[in-house]
Amino acid sequence: MQPTHRSSRILLPVKRWFVYFSLFIALGLAYIPTGRLIGIPDPVALVLAFWCIREPLHVGMGVAFLLGLLVDVGHGAALGQHALSYVILAYLAEAVSRRVLWFQPFEQALHILPIFLVTQVIMTGIRLLAGAEFPGWWIFLGPFVSAALWVPLHFVLLFPQFQPGERDDNRPI
Amino acid sequence: MSVGGHQAPPIFRRGPAPLVRLFVYVTVALAMLVMDLRFRYLEVFRQAMTVVTYPLQMAASTPADMVRNASTYFATLLQVQLENRDLRRKQLEAAEHLLRSAHLEEENAQLRGLLDMGQRLKVKSVAAEILYNARDPFSRKVILDKGSQQGIEAGQAVVDARGVVGQVTRVFPIQAEVTLLTDKNQAIPVMLPRNGLRGVAFGAGQGILELRFVEANADIKAGDALVTSGLDGVFVPGLPVASVTRIDREVQAFARILCEPAAGVERAGQVLVIGREAPPPALPPEPPAPPNKSPRRKGAASE
Repeated sequence: MQPTHRSSRILLPVKRWFVYFSLFIALGLAYIPTGRLIGIPDPVALVLAFWCIREPLHVGMGVAFLLGLLVDVGHGAALGQHALSYVILAYLAEAVSRRVLWFQPFEQALHILPIFLVTQVIMTGIRLLAGAEFPGWWIFLGPFVSAALWVPLHFVLLFPQFQPGERDDNRPI
Repeated sequence: MSVGGHQAPPIFRRGPAPLVRLFVYVTVALAMLVMDLRFRYLEVFRQAMTVVTYPLQMAASTPADMVRNASTYFATLLQVQLENRDLRRKQLEAAEHLLRSAHLEEENAQLRGLLDMGQRLKVKSVAAEILYNARDPFSRKVILDKGSQQGIEAGQAVVDARGVVGQVTRVFPIQAEVTLLTDKNQAIPVMLPRNGLRGVAFGAGQGILELRFVEANADIKAGDALVTSGLDGVFVPGLPVASVTRIDREVQAFARILCEPAAGVERAGQVLVIGREAPPPALPPEPPAPPNKSPRRKGAASE
């Protein structure tokens, strides 16, 4: 039998409220003041990319744009900086979603890493064009940490869909 | 709606293609960036969005508060005793200055009265604590624990015990955002008390300031102290800003002057927010345009 992402494990349909709830939690995590610590992952980008790949019909560029504006306001960054990079992130994630889902979580993370790096480069380029100070090469550590968190995130965000609605010993879920 | 970067067949097509949507969103985002960074048109929009994000931000800052409180809670008795002794000594030193300054202020007021000069500026101040650094890695900003409810206004100067730390740039109900002097987009008008030379100091990154647009032959040397000039109508005059560390006169018409901030700009914890009691005096009316345009340069008249 040909292995597909749908046949590897039969999942329940996703709940819309859980998608938006997880994005809300990610936004809250993004607001935690971490000061000048290096290698901080971007939780919003991570969860957004996950749902853009899993549920491209529910979460797309519109949600990405709105979340980007909220992150910009919360961080006190230039308005539109995260919005721009998240829209591009959502577009790229949608574009590779059909392909990525055939792989194991670790291999999926390798597909996602370049996308995170591209969005970080775009964000940095925009701010440097606007005359900001280059904060150092360590800001490109964040995307690597984000990609490393893809595997645990995969199980956390799919956990509600692993649970069968009613218990049935003869059904292989 | 089509997904996956592919065009759906016409019968399934709903809404614009992904590439078109991407183009639209990117255009809007770029327009917002230009409007925000170049023209500052979006401050009202930002304030409106803050209403939504504010409760979430408050909730998210609790971990940082806990870390800060825990570190003070576990400070040892010995540290507190040492700090206490240090503070007592400093208070005694300050008391001596204070006693003399009360006398001098009185004398100054009398002399100004005799000379029919305007009274010195009235200054109001609010003590505040720096909560944390703002998340944006491209700028140098910190968040204060006091906001518009405590009388903080945008534009006020933020000082620590040794000098100016930065300027309040955005005010929220119970917090305020301060742009540090070392931010690349922050400027502060300064004066050299030794000879009255005026200039504008800009953040240069890496924790230093640069005094720009000072002629290469200007009377300035390493070790000179800079204070705020107060000419901007925003800062209170006479606050220590920086000391000159290096001067390079070989560059161009203007010397390249690097300065070290007087205050612990990136390390300050307790700060004072200082503002003017009264609004600055109105600008003088525009002089009438000269009847005929002369071909002389703008700066030639002053020479």
